[in-house]
Amino acid sequence: MLKRVHFPPSLLPYLLVAPQVAITLIFFIWPASQALYQSFLIEDAFGLSTEFVWFENFIALFKDPIYVETFWRTAYFSLAVAGLSMGLALVLAAFADRVVRGATFYRTLLIWPYAIAPVLAGALWVFMFNPTLGIVAYALDAMGIEWNHKLNGSQAMLLVIMAAAWKQVAYNFLFFLAAMQSIPKSVIEAAAIDGAGPLKRFWTIIFPLITPTTFFLLVVNMVYAFFDTFGIIHAVTQGGPANATTILVYKVYNDGFVGLDLGSSAAQSVILMVIVIALTVVQFRFIEKRVEY
Amino acid sequence: MAELILKDLHKSYGGTEVLHGISGDIGDGEFVVIVGPSGCGKSTLLRMIAGLESITSGEVRIGGRVVNDLEPAERDIAMVFQNYALYPHMTVRQNMAYGLKIRGLPKAEIERRVNEAADILEIRQYLDRKPRQLSGGQRQRVAMGRAIVREPEVFLFDEPLSNLDAKLRVQMRLEIRKLQERLGVTSVYVTHDQVEAMTLGDRLMVLNAGHVEQFGTPLDLYERPASVFVAGFIGSPAMNFLPAEGIEGGLLRLENGATLPGARGAGPVTLGMRPEHLIADSEGPIRIRVSVLEQLGSNTLVHGTLEGTEREMVASLPGIHQIPEGEVLGFLIRSDELHQFDAATGKRL
Repeated sequence: MLKRVHFPPSLLPYLLVAPQVAITLIFFIWPASQALYQSFLIEDAFGLSTEFVWFENFIALFKDPIYVETFWRTAYFSLAVAGLSMGLALVLAAFADRVVRGATFYRTLLIWPYAIAPVLAGALWVFMFNPTLGIVAYALDAMGIEWNHKLNGSQAMLLVIMAAAWKQVAYNFLFFLAAMQSIPKSVIEAAAIDGAGPLKRFWTIIFPLITPTTFFLLVVNMVYAFFDTFGIIHAVTQGGPANATTILVYKVYNDGFVGLDLGSSAAQSVILMVIVIALTVVQFRFIEKRVEY
Repeated sequence: MAELILKDLHKSYGGTEVLHGISGDIGDGEFVVIVGPSGCGKSTLLRMIAGLESITSGEVRIGGRVVNDLEPAERDIAMVFQNYALYPHMTVRQNMAYGLKIRGLPKAEIERRVNEAADILEIRQYLDRKPRQLSGGQRQRVAMGRAIVREPEVFLFDEPLSNLDAKLRVQMRLEIRKLQERLGVTSVYVTHDQVEAMTLGDRLMVLNAGHVEQFGTPLDLYERPASVFVAGFIGSPAMNFLPAEGIEGGLLRLENGATLPGARGAGPVTLGMRPEHLIADSEGPIRIRVSVLEQLGSNTLVHGTLEGTEREMVASLPGIHQIPEGEVLGFLIRSDELHQFDAATGKRL
């Protein structure tokens, strides 16, 4: 039997957790409950009167074709960002894992982009792809491709996807590399002796063994694409042209702070909140169940 | 099945050479154990044979074919690793079938070979389990199963038993030996355990600091060790070493002035005497002051020092003896069991 240790009741532990509790209450619980409350209200254009309308804001949203379109656009955007950044990171990690000499040097370089603020990352890409000044736009022009993300919606989408994915590559790379290096070397060697070439080894041994990491990163990247890409979109396209790059979180900002439709904006953020909660639940469930070995 | 020939193998990492010219012919179906203390280069040598380490210079031939520049997969070898190196996400069956599948064998043939190996190793009932659901000994069997289904020309074992507990190790040791005899596959087995080496190998290659000290049968090594190193490494309890000098009349003079017959030359030598070869005799010239007794039942280990010196010595007497501490015992040794080594080079005289 384990002996229980009893401490005399004391105020100290409560004092020690108090700052964290206060921060959670003030910056998470309170705004979230405010948003929830707001989402049930409709305010007139001048902010003089509010009316409690239950779920009318939500119903209006789902009947609004623009919102539904934004929803699908966001799904497309986040899958593209997650896929692109994880794919690139996986390739880089697979190669970095094989590098023997100068490994630290490569790794340091590959991790750098993660330290850049989203808005700066956005600014970087804006300059490179600026239709009149950008070096990449210039090069594309020389190849006969007309680049103008300020007019062309799909080009704008492509640009924000690239910028957002590029920023996340470093993070994914770190996790993939760590996962690959935790695979015992002898397992890879055994596969080599069994006759599997590098590519075969990657798909039949390495990739299945890093599945838990891949899934973890998938969720993290989805959440990143849903929320943290706001800075990039704001810097690069402001959601334009013609809403081509407006994703859910950007629409929350646009409707609420530009359009001043607080009720609808609050309802949208409540929907986002539900999505995050769902993603987190899925992640925890999966990680609990599916630890392969 | 094939013979394995090592010819003047060198291995360097950067500027440091760790293997200094290893040569040896391993016959078809022979079981050779490479043994040596940790850091002597034995695992490196095995990995060079496997193709997991590059060969700095020299040649490895398997079945008459130089394999220096071949990938591990093309050398027709199978290896059993110390930590088993099973694929954790595959079942036992998939683990064993992996190499065969890659080689594109027909399904029925894979099935037949896996079942056959599973029967030999008695792991049939575990075929659909994952490695993490198996015990250490069972995993070891699976690792061997993965090697035998391939039907390779050469088996390589890299300290396969060192992760098992003592009892299981003895049992698996016997099974490996039986299995190898039954399959008749040329095998190279690396270990640092001299008992494992002595019991398993047809021949032993003793490595020390990147050199082959001796390559011979276990009894060769025991009866005619080529150097002080081999003499000290093989046999338990370890051989006693005493400095001595060859003097006129073919005598050997010990540090305390006592003399033994049978000198093979003049000048300083190192004498080697196995504890079990010392014969108690009250007139014997080798006089030991007793400090501690170890009672093993079948025999008694007498620890002490050579009288008049601080040289530690051990003698093994058959049966049970009670000897008070501080008593001086005399011992004899037959001259054909008295090993003599050059004091400077450590080589056998």
